[in-house]
Amino acid sequence: MHHVDDTPKLYGLMAEFDSATAIVSAARKARDAGYAKIDAYTPFPIHELDSALRLSRTKLPWLVFFGGIGGMLGGFALEYWVSVIDYPLNIGGRPLASWPNFVIPAYETTILCASITAVVGMIMLNGLPQPYHPVFNAPNFSNASADRFFLVVETADPKFDAAGTRQFLEGLHPLGVTDVAE
Amino acid sequence: MADRQPPMDSHAAPAPAGAARPPSDVLAPGHSFGSVTDKITSAILRPGFLPGWVFGFVIAFGVMSMFLFAVSYLLIKGTGIWGVNIPVGWGFAIVNFVWWIGIGHAGTLISAILLLFRQKWRMSISRFAEAMTIFAVMCAAVFPVFHTGRPWLAAYWLFPYPNSMNIWPNFRSPLIWDVFAVSTYATVSILFWYVGLIPDLATMRDRARPLIVKRLYGILALGWRGSAKHWQRYETASLLLAGLATPLVLSVHTVVSFDFAVGVVPGWHATIFPPYFVAGAIYSGFAMVLTLAIPIRAYYGMEDFITMRHIQNCAKVMLCTGLIVLYGYSVEAFMGWFSGDPYEGFMIWNRMTGNYWYMYWFLIFCNGVMPQALWFKKVRTNIPLLFCIALVVNVGMWLERFVIVVTSLSRDFLPSAWGMYAGTMWDWMTYIGTLGLFTWLMFIFLRLLPMISMFEMRTIVPSAKIKSEGGH
Repeated sequence: MHHVDDTPKLYGLMAEFDSATAIVSAARKARDAGYAKIDAYTPFPIHELDSALRLSRTKLPWLVFFGGIGGMLGGFALEYWVSVIDYPLNIGGRPLASWPNFVIPAYETTILCASITAVVGMIMLNGLPQPYHPVFNAPNFSNASADRFFLVVETADPKFDAAGTRQFLEGLHPLGVTDVAE
Repeated sequence: MADRQPPMDSHAAPAPAGAARPPSDVLAPGHSFGSVTDKITSAILRPGFLPGWVFGFVIAFGVMSMFLFAVSYLLIKGTGIWGVNIPVGWGFAIVNFVWWIGIGHAGTLISAILLLFRQKWRMSISRFAEAMTIFAVMCAAVFPVFHTGRPWLAAYWLFPYPNSMNIWPNFRSPLIWDVFAVSTYATVSILFWYVGLIPDLATMRDRARPLIVKRLYGILALGWRGSAKHWQRYETASLLLAGLATPLVLSVHTVVSFDFAVGVVPGWHATIFPPYFVAGAIYSGFAMVLTLAIPIRAYYGMEDFITMRHIQNCAKVMLCTGLIVLYGYSVEAFMGWFSGDPYEGFMIWNRMTGNYWYMYWFLIFCNGVMPQALWFKKVRTNIPLLFCIALVVNVGMWLERFVIVVTSLSRDFLPSAWGMYAGTMWDWMTYIGTLGLFTWLMFIFLRLLPMISMFEMRTIVPSAKIKSEGGH
């Protein structure tokens, strides 16, 4: 961050906290004060933040459900097509469409496709991989993956005002408030 | 700021609770987010290598080299160098395959089933138990792949893909079910492991000093920044994966048991096989978890994280699944008499008194008798003794598969078709070689990746508990 140029564009203001309780209470107060474009960064999942930030529920479970259905139908269709249409084999006089035998591979493809959907869906919905993000410019942010908790109010927030928002964040008793360069 | 003193606040509150907590909890008292992170990352970020690590790594590498040698010779000469014959067409390869796959099951049980049950003692052992799963499945996969003799031709027998021979696998065969079960299991285990690693890789990225190391962890961490919305999706994905991996892990050894149970060979054709195999898998898996956890815990000084509670719980799971396995042996013996089938009756009598009688009784001793010591707390808390019991169970579970495979095939319906089986030097070299491969991969894992899930350990640090508003 060697911005010798006049004024680097601001992404937002970041307040640093050192306890899980403090970040939850700060996030709730920021939300109650009417800020909408805010995010909390924590070293481990804190379920209380979902309600404090009023996060909507993720649609991931639906994606996984349809991934699983797709895997099941795809697996069964493959087995049916192979065993009945493209390569019929008479095994001990059993019917070609001997579906009980097809259950297990279809069961496995259900789980396989649902699991891949869960992982890929989580990563894609989170917008990852994302090599660059402005919050990494903040000097102490490397501790967000160890023992510090951060609340960021973005400049994109309609209520954002450099001086007023800084004053508001200072009022939450953080360890410090820093500018986050774009 | 001065009147609030948040750091003091967050440490003072859990102290009375900490005093009342029994010494056998899942995390030793006095830990903070920082201390957990420092302790676990220090094993990786320290410069140079610990002499003990180098020593173990070199030995494991040597044993793995023996495996590469045995496999190279196999590819030159063909499977004739192995001991398999007619009637015993299934030998070490299937015994070792079932043994390794079974070992893998404990990792998934710990990371998936115990997650669904919200067991906190899962957290500190899940990471290396999942690594154990992946490496064990890799070792298992070696055997079916190489027993084909020409594995480069095996792809079209195993996987349904449009090939130049214009033929397809037979989906009515349990062996194809096995391909689907095991390859799904390997894929899901790797995905689950990687998802669990993402936040910890971000920690490694933020704490590594050399730029190249930072970059490598950074690439693997995908730019993870711990945003609240990301954590929400992450937790949902973890829970869903656990829910998917639970029926998967139960299906894998069930399908492996179908390889036997669908056949009509006496001693294989039994409905007890699926539950009995799954219990045996978890039994041997937990024995392997203890075999790994005990030395790792001592060598890296992780006693604060892998406490006596973890060790005892693993021992209890072993005792429980061991009793299920013993029940399986009893039912086999009972059915030999109760079925009234002369072949079934002969099979069990032959196991007990035939050519391989010593294997059967040694197996009963290893898996049935010895683990009864785990009823006693004195044994469960005696680490060297527990380590020995875990090793004995590992041996016992290998013997179990040997007895199932070999005694049944060597004495089937017609006395004129009877024969004997013994592994050759190449069989033994391949089997012991995979132990080297497994250990070698474990050593690499311990050096490069956090052996304990740091972000999950942070959630059980006392100060992670959110105090309600106005509580101070």
